[in-house]
Amino acid sequence: MNFEIPNFMLAMPEIFVLGMACFILILDLFLSERSRVVTYLLTQATLVGAFLLSLGLYSSARELTFSDSFVLDPMASVLKLAVYAAVFMVLLYSRRYLRERGMFRGEFFVLGLFGVLGMMVMISAHSLLTIYMGLELLSLSMYAMVAMQRDSRVAAEAAMKYFILGAMASAMLLYGMSMIYGVTGSLELGEVSAAVAGQGSQLILIFGLVFLMVGVAFKLGAVPFHMWVPDVYHGASTAVTLYISTAPKLAAFAMLMRLLVDGLGALQPQWHDILLLLAILSLGIGNVVAIAQTNIKRMLAYSGISHVGFLLLGVLSGSPEGYAAGMFYAIVYVLMGLGGFGMVILMSRAGFEADQLEDYKGLNERSPWFALMMMFLMFSMAGVPPFIGFWAKLSVLQAVVDANMVWLAAVAVLFSVIGAFYYLRLIKLMYFDGPLELSPFRPSPDVALLFSVNALAVLLIGLFPSSLMAICRQAMGL
Amino acid sequence: MESIYNLGLLIVLAPLAGAIVAGLFGGTIGRKGAHSVTTLGVAISFVLSAVVFKQVVIDKVGILNQTVYTWLVSEGIRFEVGFLIDQLTAMMMVVVTFVSLMVHIYTIGYMSHDEENWPAGSRAGTNSYQRFFSYISLFTFSMLVLVMANNFMQLFFGWEAVGLVSYLLIGFWSTRESAVYANLKAFLVNRVGDFGFLLGIGAVLMTFNSLDYSAVFSTAELHKNLTFSIFPGSEWNMMTVIGILLFIGAMGKSAQVPLHVWLPDSMEGPTPISALIHAATMVTAGIFMVARMSPLYELSETALSFILIIGAITALFMGLLGLIQNDIKRVVAYSTLSQLGYMTVALGASAYAAGVFHLMTHAFFKALLFLGAGSVIIAMHHDQDMRNMGGLRKYMPITWITSLIGSLALIGTPFFAGFYSKDSIIMAVGESSIPGSGFAFAAVLAGVFITALYSFRMYFMVFHGKERMDHHTREHLHETPWVVTLPLVLLAIPSVVIGAIFVMDMPFGNFFGEAIYVAAEHDVLATVGESIHGWWGMALHGFLTPAFWLAAGGVFTAWMLHRKGLDIAVVMKERFGFVYKILDNKYWADEIYAKLFAAGGRGLGNGLWKVGDVALIDGLMVNGSARVVGVLSGITRRLQTGYLYHYAFAMIVGLLALFSLFIFR
Repeated sequence: MNFEIPNFMLAMPEIFVLGMACFILILDLFLSERSRVVTYLLTQATLVGAFLLSLGLYSSARELTFSDSFVLDPMASVLKLAVYAAVFMVLLYSRRYLRERGMFRGEFFVLGLFGVLGMMVMISAHSLLTIYMGLELLSLSMYAMVAMQRDSRVAAEAAMKYFILGAMASAMLLYGMSMIYGVTGSLELGEVSAAVAGQGSQLILIFGLVFLMVGVAFKLGAVPFHMWVPDVYHGASTAVTLYISTAPKLAAFAMLMRLLVDGLGALQPQWHDILLLLAILSLGIGNVVAIAQTNIKRMLAYSGISHVGFLLLGVLSGSPEGYAAGMFYAIVYVLMGLGGFGMVILMSRAGFEADQLEDYKGLNERSPWFALMMMFLMFSMAGVPPFIGFWAKLSVLQAVVDANMVWLAAVAVLFSVIGAFYYLRLIKLMYFDGPLELSPFRPSPDVALLFSVNALAVLLIGLFPSSLMAICRQAMGL
Repeated sequence: MESIYNLGLLIVLAPLAGAIVAGLFGGTIGRKGAHSVTTLGVAISFVLSAVVFKQVVIDKVGILNQTVYTWLVSEGIRFEVGFLIDQLTAMMMVVVTFVSLMVHIYTIGYMSHDEENWPAGSRAGTNSYQRFFSYISLFTFSMLVLVMANNFMQLFFGWEAVGLVSYLLIGFWSTRESAVYANLKAFLVNRVGDFGFLLGIGAVLMTFNSLDYSAVFSTAELHKNLTFSIFPGSEWNMMTVIGILLFIGAMGKSAQVPLHVWLPDSMEGPTPISALIHAATMVTAGIFMVARMSPLYELSETALSFILIIGAITALFMGLLGLIQNDIKRVVAYSTLSQLGYMTVALGASAYAAGVFHLMTHAFFKALLFLGAGSVIIAMHHDQDMRNMGGLRKYMPITWITSLIGSLALIGTPFFAGFYSKDSIIMAVGESSIPGSGFAFAAVLAGVFITALYSFRMYFMVFHGKERMDHHTREHLHETPWVVTLPLVLLAIPSVVIGAIFVMDMPFGNFFGEAIYVAAEHDVLATVGESIHGWWGMALHGFLTPAFWLAAGGVFTAWMLHRKGLDIAVVMKERFGFVYKILDNKYWADEIYAKLFAAGGRGLGNGLWKVGDVALIDGLMVNGSARVVGVLSGITRRLQTGYLYHYAFAMIVGLLALFSLFIFR
């Protein structure tokens, strides 16, 4: 048997994160409650280290290792960098929040790191099994994170729903993978791709594709596999919501790209139809139901569903430009999502979750600056120029129009218009309604600074969108 | 060339910098800082403009036509900022910056007690002095952008920018209802003109596919016979359409009948801006524009004839209104309208050079008259009614003598500046043979008599005769401070000499070179010029022309009436009640516009609002669709039951739906 030593260098960031996660897990046992901050700092240091490693490994080449089950290409590098940055911000946002609720424990950070590792594996996976492994690592970490708030009934309920539905989705994904394996005789995506191209669209392959799509759609939270999203976002503590609503979307986007483009590229006409259905349903249900929400976390959950619809529009056009637009959208969505839930964290304090829409009434009178920052974020999510959300929507619509689907672009715009309502409603509450409480608003300085940076980034990148767009296009080989 | 380009940039930007500093940091730098920085900016502009004038006109180093900045290129059409500095531009630059500089200095005195013009504690009244300086510097910037443009887009920018500043300044005392009414009126009436102007630029773009002056003018001849169908079956010559549309813009800006109604009301603004904007510079932008477009206008006799008739009507009928005014500023305002009519008549007769020549001399003597009137107003403690004045000659010698010079220049006394320009126009119209020139000639001649009559009626009422002011005012009567009288003296000098200096070059020589184009068959000035031999001879000959005797008759009539203690307004009211009523109501133009357009517009708006907006758009479409979405949202929301088995079921249904995509296709 021919045994080849894999190129460990390419997986250096993964190895580093794994090692650090294990180290922190053990170290945390010996730390007193007062020095718990060491765990936090080490976790952040790990993310920074991984960031530097991935940055160092960045190259425009595409390299395979571990018997071709691991790939490092520009897309993987960019997405990983975005994941580290997103999780770094999540932890920065949540430090005070966790402390105030007695959740500042080692488990949160260790689970967070394992989740990051799962995402990294998903992003760099190049075989069906690697994908599955990364997915499960991420999912199990997240189930546990949601359940961490053991004394909260909603959190327990959310964790339960998430776990059971997640297990179902996992099972379907695995079933789909087994069918693909059965037809092609390989788990490695390159061989799968070659075999599928040779076989044409057999019914069994299409069945496999549908089952795979269920798994991916579940992870992304696309309609009709979205039912868990509002309940989990709502039930989990805001810090956990912040985590699960942002970085994993990048990993899910990578999974979508690996499975559909790298693996089943030959079935593009088939998955085009599936994505079309999912995208339109997500845009419709997400935007329409968000209007009826009174809880801001649920509202943002539905808003997230509608954003996923947009992301899928980019991918379904089936061109590298479309993939770049989808990737751009995913990164922008993560940035805006961080701001959106970051806003809830900013407003919350011990014993007050600030997750009702009416908690935002008259914010302008209490703090004009943060009202302005929130307005930036809401405008960006609604797709108002010059904020970054506008460019994200524009590039996706451009790709759709280029693929000769003007009607689809029109539908997407129509739903965006409907969606603008609930973003504008929040602005209306902040600026035109009287506040429920008159006490001046004093957020902690670090969160306040981070939130301001986040919101200003939405404006600044929106003013100069070309560099981020160029990165995404480069990642797709354009 | 490079040096002119750099000078041009400095000339434009110096007043802008002054305006920004005074406007944004007025509170910090204080009154003194604000007037120093803006006056300095305009002074720099004036000195450099004089340098440019010397280089371009006297040293003849050539014409600068250069792009400064390309804003965007769309389908091959370039939208640019650029300079075209030729003789016409150089002349305008000097006039604009000189008058502006005089007005800046004058304003220091005129506005020194501005806080008294505001209600106590009003927010708009704080730093109003600095704001005023910021505005007039901004105006200077805008006007320079307008005259230095080398393309239609920049022309339009300058055109709108001067309109904006004019609007801001007419309503400067924004707590006075009449000022707000007047600035709104000016804005709306100018909208009508600008609409035509914009259509004209659009027509230029459509025909020439370029906005650049040189590109348009050089190919204008090729499109001479191009026709254009506005309504099916009616063919219009493209050049006529362009010419008339652009001129409609000029009618708004230069207050020609029937878009003249805003100018008398604009006198609600402080007097310095009446002098600068509503007499010397902005209102002449229309004249400048038509002269600049001479290569286009020369191709359409219809458009020229239209201009000629509009100008003649304005010159005569607006002058008549000046006869019965009692407000000192309004007399000067109607005189401005009438003189703008003269310039327009010159343009219509293809005597562009004479029109622009009159623009220049008028800028000096009319600014002088306005500032003189302002000086009187200061002395009278802001009472503008001439019936309360009289005998001011003794108290205000400098204002008196300079105003007399201004009036003599205005009525066209030989050797004074106004004589040369006005006589050139009258003679040119007399030579012209385009349709309407007979009427125009009669109108401008009659206008001479009227001008002399109302000018000297004003002069006698203000400076001679019984002192009719109340006791308190009389005790405080004295000459105004030097910052006010210095500009009067400095403006009085060109009001006397500028005509004699330039008459042989400007209308009758080749002063403008390539800047103004006149077709050979229209060149009336050349015909007139054959019989003119030097400024001295022209003035001597001037004593023999009917124009002089008409003017003298006007002055004599005014003097006779004054000596008998009669006022022409009162006489007319008693003897010719019907005529007086027409004039007193200003031909009912305001009433017609208010009833027909303003009320009609509001009625139409109301109707559209109630039926179109409230019922159809708001009610049916916006609120209707919002209600549908709301109901839909309420229903869909129920799908999220919270039961795990419902969620799982939804996933299964989703899976089946995806299968069915492929099975049942």
